This record gives sequence, C-alpha cells and structure tokens, in this order.
Amino acid sequence: MRVELTGRRKERENLLIQVARASGQNIAKCYQCGKCTAGCPVAVEMDIPPHQVMRLLQLGLKDEVLDSSAIWLCASCATCTARCPRDIDIAAVMDALRARAGREGRTRSAKTIALFHDIFLNAIQKHGRVFELGLAINYNLKTGNLFKDADLGRVYFTRGKIGLKAPKIKGGDEVRRIFQKVKQMEAGE
Amino acid sequence: MKYAYYPGCSLHATAKEFDASSRVVSRSLGIELEEIEDWSCCGATSAHATNHFLSIALPARNLALAARMGLDVAAPCAACYNRLAGANKVMRNDKEMRRKVNDVIGAEYHGEVTVKSLLEVFASVERERISSQVVKPLNNLKIACYYGCLLVRPPAVTGFDDPEQPVTMDRILQICGAETLEWGYKTECCGASLGLSREPVALRLVHDILRMAVDAGADCLACACPLCQSNLDARQEHVNRAFGTKFKVPVFYFTQLIGLAMGISSRDLKVHSHFVDTSKVLQAIG
Repeated sequence: MRVELTGRRKERENLLIQVARASGQNIAKCYQCGKCTAGCPVAVEMDIPPHQVMRLLQLGLKDEVLDSSAIWLCASCATCTARCPRDIDIAAVMDALRARAGREGRTRSAKTIALFHDIFLNAIQKHGRVFELGLAINYNLKTGNLFKDADLGRVYFTRGKIGLKAPKIKGGDEVRRIFQKVKQMEAGE
Repeated sequence: MKYAYYPGCSLHATAKEFDASSRVVSRSLGIELEEIEDWSCCGATSAHATNHFLSIALPARNLALAARMGLDVAAPCAACYNRLAGANKVMRNDKEMRRKVNDVIGAEYHGEVTVKSLLEVFASVERERISSQVVKPLNNLKIACYYGCLLVRPPAVTGFDDPEQPVTMDRILQICGAETLEWGYKTECCGASLGLSREPVALRLVHDILRMAVDAGADCLACACPLCQSNLDARQEHVNRAFGTKFKVPVFYFTQLIGLAMGISSRDLKVHSHFVDTSKVLQAIG
C-alpha cells in the first residue's frame, strides 16, 4: 500500500497551528501519559478518551476528533488541565474543538448538548440574562421531551424560585453588539 | 470592606437562597456588597464552549461596570466567579483581545479589578470576627464540604486554594463549630449542565458524590455553586430512582450554614426552599 506521507504531514502541521491559535495550547507537548483520561469524570462515556483526542490531533486526524462525542461530553471540569504534567490546558483545547465543530455543524454525535448551548446563548442575546423558565421550556420543546424535569419545575415554582417574567436590562444593546461581532468574526474566517 | 457584587442569573431565580444568605451573612461580617447595576450574564459554559471571544466579552462588560464603581468584584456563584476571573486574566494579558473586546463593549478596561469568590472574601475576614458572632455553634453537625470544579480549577485562574485538597470552606465552617469531614470527592465534577442535556451521565456522577459523602458520615453537604446544588439536591430523587438508593442528604450553600451558626433566622436564609428536607439538620443545630 502506498501511503502519502508528505500531504499528511502538511495537513497535520496545519491542524496543530489552527488548534494552537484557537486554544493557545501546544498539542505537540503531549507525551501520552494518560493522566487526563484517568481523572476525567466522563471518559467512560466518551467514544474517544481525552488522551486519544490529543494523539489524534498530533496525527492530524481532524475528522475523527471533530465528529467525536467526546468533545461535547466534556463537562469543562478542568481536572485534566489541573493535572497535566506538560502544562497543557486540555479543557481549553476541548473548547476550541467544540467551537470549531459547532461552526462546521458537526454536532450529530451529541445533538442535545449542542442544542442546549444554542438555546442558552439565544436567551442571553435576547434578554441580557438567562431566564431559566424560558430556557427549560424552549429546550423541552426543541428536544420533543416535553416533561423533562417537570417534577423539578413544579417544586421550583411553588417555592417562588422561578420567575414568570423574562428579565430585562438597560444594556441589552451592548450585549447584542457582542453577539453581532461574533457573527461578523465567524463570517470573516 | 466593600465589593462590587455580581449575583449572576441563578441567584435571581433557582438559587435565591444563595443570594439571600450571601447578603445577610456578608452584612453581619462587615462586608458591604453593592450590586453591579445592570449586570449581564457571564455566558457560563455555553459561551466558552461556543466562541472564545464571546466567553471573554460577556464577562468583560460586567468587569468594566465594576471598574467604574472603583471596586473589586465578589461573586458567590462558582461558575460566574470562574468566568469573570478567567476573562479578567485575558483582559489583563492579551493586548489584541483587549482591544477587540473594549471596542465592542465601548469601554477602556485593562483588567484592573480583582475578582474574588465570596468564599475567598470570607476567608480574608479575621477569625475572631466570625467566631465572636457564632451563637449557635454547629457542634453536632458533620459536614462534607463540596467544592466542585470551578472554585478551584484551573488553578491558573482560581489559585486561592489547592485544586486537589481545598480547605477554605472547611476552615470557615470549623470556626462555626462544625466537624468537617475528610473525604475523597471534594473536587469531583457533578456533571454541571449535563444534568439538563445528558441526565444519565450527571446522575452517575451525583450518585458517586452522595455515596462518598454518606459513607464518610456526612449529615449534610456544603457547596458554593447553584448548578452543583441543584444537581445534588433537586436531582437526588432522580438518583434514588435510577440507582435504587435512599439518599436524603440535605445540600446547603456554605453561606446558609454560617448564617445558621450566627443565629440568623432560617427564613432569612431560606433553608426551607431545598428539595431534600432540611429539618433534621436544623433541629441538630437547635
């Protein structure tokens, strides 16, 4: 079998540069000790554990990483970052990968998680603050799971912990400007 | 001591008791909290999972508001604290990002305020100031202090306590007379927003935390994060259903427990607003 090494190398270098730019981290430093995976609370649920995500990046295997459920299941607890003997902020790498996968519409492996982030950010864009009741209703409508956490909602409601009115802030336009800028930046990429 | 107070979205809704107890206990300790007027959401996990600029600009708007007040920031919620402190570091050190963010939020912010978690603020209060106000010592109470992730990690952002074996909350509750437990899950993750978007994963994590706390002999847990609190407390019944367990462990905010020791009324501390019945613990305090 003929293996095209030169092309692969270039692709690999490009990916390392892109991830480094987006996360501020040097993936090449990882020496595969596996400490990130050992401490990761959700590694058992991931299709690719964190240390393998790092290795696949080193090898330039972009699609395997960006289509993985691992990057979405990551709970951002940063245990990996705190323990990495090479001082790589692995949680920041996960952020950069999720952001890119989200932009490229690669959310098939974890639709509800990506959807949750979307709805959460839409709420901020609209109100400046998160309106928890609206968030929950919206999420349930869009996932088709209408009664998810209805038992919790009932208790929160009777204890006066859920407002019925969306919050409103004076600086709403400033917050919306931030979101507009994000759209501009992403369109320019 | 005066701080710009950042309550965050949860403290105005599902974590009202964290807001109420933070304010009343701070007042008793001589810490003045002035709410940042017109604050906006910090973006939480969803912002940093989606776009780096967004995750800096959303908190930065609030930091710029605090800078105009001329005050350092105190945030009770561990998640808000983490986002504000993380963004502050970037605004301080990353010139290019600072320029872009200031341009959009219409500010001239350079990272000049300091961001502290309310726990960290309390830790800076002299011991006597706290102990002199303890009228109902928590003598009969074994507390498992649960720090979770965002108070202590990543250490480059947080840094006020050890990321593996934090003690700040333990020390304050010890001053209040409680016995705080040595246990292994102080900083294990509760699953955070996976409780909403992938509940089975969160339930496994919550189950393990409750199991460890109960096995260590805990009467209750103390925490400093609305998402941890709701996963551990509100989802406890879901855990019992999924695992066939019978946990009934009350989960307090650390501010509520300090308040109880100070003799502040349980109504002001809203200790009856939790899912798991708290009356047994309240009786033990007397």
